[in-house]
This record gives sequence, structure tokens and C-alpha cells, in this order.
Amino acid sequence: MSDRLATARPRGLSFVVDSPRWLGPLMIGPAVLYIVLVVGLPFVLAILYAFSDVSMGHRTLEFVGFRNFASVLGTPKFQTALKNTFVFAVTSQVLVMVLATVLALALIRDFHGKWLVRLLILLPWVAPISLGTIGWLWILDSTYSVINWTLEALGLITNEGWLMWLGVPHLAMASVIVIHVWRILPLATVILIAGLTSIPHDIHDAAQMDGAGFWRHLFQVTVPLIRPIMLVAGLFGLVFAFTDMIVIFVLTRGGPYDTTQVLASLAFFTGIQGGDLAEGAAVALFLFPLLVAVAVGFLRVARRTEVT
Amino acid sequence: MDLATQEGEFLVLLGPSGCGKTTLLRMIAGLEEPTSGTILIGGQVVNDLPPRARKIAMVFQSYALYPHMTVLKNIAFPLKAQGLRREEIPKKIEWAAALFGIGHLLGRKPRQLSGGERQRVALARAVVREPAVFLLDEPLSNLDAKLRASARDELQQFQRRIGTTTIYVTHDQIEAMGLGDRIAVMQGGRVRQLGTPVEVYAEPADTFVASFLGSPPMNIVEAPDCLVGFRPEHFLPRDAYDGGASLIALGLRVTRVEYLGADRLVYGVLEGKFQGAKVLARLPSTVTTPVQAGRRYDFAVPEKEMKFFDPGTRLRTAARSV
Repeated sequence: MSDRLATARPRGLSFVVDSPRWLGPLMIGPAVLYIVLVVGLPFVLAILYAFSDVSMGHRTLEFVGFRNFASVLGTPKFQTALKNTFVFAVTSQVLVMVLATVLALALIRDFHGKWLVRLLILLPWVAPISLGTIGWLWILDSTYSVINWTLEALGLITNEGWLMWLGVPHLAMASVIVIHVWRILPLATVILIAGLTSIPHDIHDAAQMDGAGFWRHLFQVTVPLIRPIMLVAGLFGLVFAFTDMIVIFVLTRGGPYDTTQVLASLAFFTGIQGGDLAEGAAVALFLFPLLVAVAVGFLRVARRTEVT
Repeated sequence: MDLATQEGEFLVLLGPSGCGKTTLLRMIAGLEEPTSGTILIGGQVVNDLPPRARKIAMVFQSYALYPHMTVLKNIAFPLKAQGLRREEIPKKIEWAAALFGIGHLLGRKPRQLSGGERQRVALARAVVREPAVFLLDEPLSNLDAKLRASARDELQQFQRRIGTTTIYVTHDQIEAMGLGDRIAVMQGGRVRQLGTPVEVYAEPADTFVASFLGSPPMNIVEAPDCLVGFRPEHFLPRDAYDGGASLIALGLRVTRVEYLGADRLVYGVLEGKFQGAKVLARLPSTVTTPVQAGRRYDFAVPEKEMKFFDPGTRLRTAARSV
């Protein structure tokens, strides 16, 4: 009996796979490695750089304390970028949440061609961001804009009144926000559809029986029930809006006159294109407290949904 | 289907799952549209009225309490939706809460309540706006067996007290028999029989009703020109009857005996008349005749307990001699 048990003992690979002590670390290892190399290391480097005088073309590095932060903080360029970051992130997220709720409510109903509509709405998310944005660059072009062309054909503007979508401060900001919304909307919609389908149908029937009209049903029953998942979608969107600069980089490069410059793009232009790695890192680090706040929000939402 | 309730009545829709009873209830509620036909409430056609205009309240199988609201807000919701004046709402809630003894739960959320408490809150939410008709969709099926008996009792007392016409959907015949003033037995989207519990049990209109009601169901055996049904509890050893009623004697070869405490279930095959038919007898513990598997016994059924059905239509036919 004991002989047979001994021979049945797994060896080699199957021993590792059968043992929780080895299998766990083995499976999480690659993920940990990935995060350390791609997130952890650059983050530590950013902190180091932000407190140093490193720049492109210099091989030496000296620590200078808070000098970088002080010099960045005082510039109007930085202050505008900080303000723009909030305007851009908050406005686009509010729009995304409202539109995603409307879209999700429309898309959970049954109608003909639902799959086609769903596909079209998901398209901006699956298409490569830079390609999609380049498409918008043409649509918003100062000379060839199809929007202006259409508006003129409809008689809403004249030939002299063609709008410079990306060339006028407020219009440029509005344009980048709209394109960003276009890009984030599918993800938020899909998340909200998942939230809506998780509400038992009886609850909707009960609200109907209790005599709730459309608005009461929406704001007192449906929205409160998907609030946790709306928060998740909102926080996801905020992270994107704070950290992503592809839309702005492709459409305006922060212009005109820095009116669409956000912290992420400013850090890129200062640190990578301007060569002042130290100051770029300092700018980027200002995003850190913002993202910590978002992360704390995330964890709290996650905990609350766990408890219920 | 043609079905009319009486004022203040407790009507039960009983049938196997998928027979259309919940669909019927949802059509009455206005949650689903009938493809044809009319629904009348208080003499008024309500086909085109939305649920809220029908003065109907419904209690769902899952109770469908709003999970994000306290009990108080759950009960207040239909009142607010109705546009009741703000100062009248607390009075009504107090009345409904007292009716179901849930006054101490008003501050809790549904997830902090037990199954029985949830059910009472659901009932309070339904009753608070004093509807003309109550619709209950299997409200007891989520309770454990012990709680179910007391909930059944409470439910009936409450219905008697408020006297509102109530339509109750269930697949559980004990609930149906125990609660209903009348029972509509449904199958395949049709009402097979409508009658009091005594009527549908003792005088089933067809073989479906006969075999759906009763546990174990009615024995149905084939005679040359008809189907004969008799309930297991009327199929007893010959010597358990003390004479008087005229009996039909049947020989039974017993194949198995189940002892269930209050009853014995005797499985067997008939001999003589109805040769070879498998039947079941339920002997109450008051019948002490020894019965063993593998032996043949003389059993009997009182003649008046024999029910006859047409073999083609399976509908009830007049009594005849066997």
C-alpha cells in the first residue's frame, strides 16, 4: 500500500502544477514582472528625475530638491495646463456618463437591427485610437472640414464664416472634448449595459405597478441601482482623461496658444520633445495625487459592492 | 378563456409551470398585452390602460423590493408615485406597517430582512395604496416549508380583513386548496376547471384536473368503454369498510409498501376487473390491516367515489355501473 502511494507521487512539471505553493507564484509571476518593469520602474525613475537636473544630452545627474517643482509651478503654461486638465477630464466625463446612460437604456431594449447599432457604437473603441483621431483631424480640418461644408450647404454659415475647429481656443477645447467623449463612450456604454441587465426584471415591473412614470422610474429606481457600476465607469473614464493625450497630441498638440494643453501632453512636450527630462517628470508627478484620489475611490467602490 | 372573479373573492390560478398562469396575471396587471380579448376591472375595459391606471397592486415571487431603499421608502414609493399629499403619506405607511407588524423594520434595507419579513414588506407596499385588485405571483415559494404554513395563515387572515379581490398564482396545490375561495385549474393556457376547492378535488372536470390535484394523484384505470378514476384514500382494504355504502370490490396484488407515519402508501397491480392496472392506495394510520408486499388482498372503493371519464375527450361523464 505505501509502495503504491510512493509511486503515485507526481514528479516534475505535474508536481509543480499540483502544488498550490508553487503554482500560485508561477502564475502571478509574469504579471508582477510586467508591472514592476513597465509601471514600477518608470515610476521610480520619474520620482528620481523630478528631484534631479537630468536632461537629454547630459550624462551626469545631480539632485536639486524641489527646484523643478518650484520652477514649473510658477509658469502660466503649467497653470493653464492644470486648469485644462480638469476642464477636459470633468467635462468629458460628465458628458460620457449622461450619454452612456441614455445609450445603454436605448440599447437594452429589443428592436430590429440592434446588433448593427451596437456594433457601430462599439467601433470607436475597437478602432486604433490614433487612426480614429487622424480621421477626425480631416473632418475638423480648417480648409476641407466636412462639417463646415455641410453647415454651409444647409445655409447655417457663409463661406466667410467657416469655423476653425482646431484653431480657435474655445472651439479647439470643445473639439478635443467631443472627440474624447466619442472615444470613451463605447466602453462606458458597455459597462452600463452590463449594470442594467443585472437589475432583476421584477424590479422594473414593480416600479411600473407602483405607478412610477418614466422620470421617477429612471432617477429613483434604475439610476440608484446602477450607481456602483456607474462609478466604476466614471473612474475608469477619469483615469483615461487624466493620463491619455493621444487625442490632444494628434488634433492640436496643445495649441492654439496652449489652450488645450493638459498635464500629460505638457509633460511629454517638456520632457521628451523639449529634452528637459527633470521638469517633464515634475509635471507628470502632479498627476500622481489626482490618480491616487481616483484609485482610492475605486477601492472604496469595490469594497462597498463586495459587502452588499 | 373566460374567467370572472367575484367581489372580495380569493381566486387561485393553479397549474403546472408553463401553463400560462403567470402570463395571465401579468396581462391583468398590464405588464403584458393580450393578443386578443378584453380584460375588465370593475366593469371597465382596461386593455389600453397602463398598469398604474388600473388600481392594481402586485406582489412578485421575488418580492421585487427596491434594494437601495429602506422599508419605509419602499412602502412610500407607490404613494409618492400616485402624487399623494406629503402630509398624508406617514399616516398611510403607519397603517400598512401596523397591518403586517413591521413597524420596527421601517429603517432597514431589504437585504437586512428575513424572507418572511420581506414578504410582509412586499404586501405592505402593495396594500398601502388600497388597490381594487390584488395580484400575488407565488409569494410563498421563496419561504422555507415551516414559514410557509404560518405565512399562508397570515395571508388569508389579512385578505379576509381587507376584503379586496385577490388573484393568486401558484403551482402548489396545498396553497391553492388552503387559501382559495375558488380555484381555476389551468393547463396549456386554458382553464380546465373553475370551482371551490371541494368541487375541483371531489368532482374533477377532466382527467387532467383529477391527476393534477391530490398527492398522490387519482388512480385512473381503463375500462372497455371509459376511464375510471378513484382517489388513493378511497381505495382501502375491504375489511376497513364497515358496510353501509355499496362497495366495488377489487383484488390487489401488492408490489410495495411505503410507511410514511400518518399514512401507508400501498403500490400494487389490480387483478380481476381492470386486470394489470397499476394503482396506489393510501391507508391512514387508523386502518391497521396488515399489508405485505408480494401478497394479494381484497380492496374496495365506495361506488360513489368512482369517477368516470370519456376516453376520447378525457372529460367527465355520467356515473355508470362497473
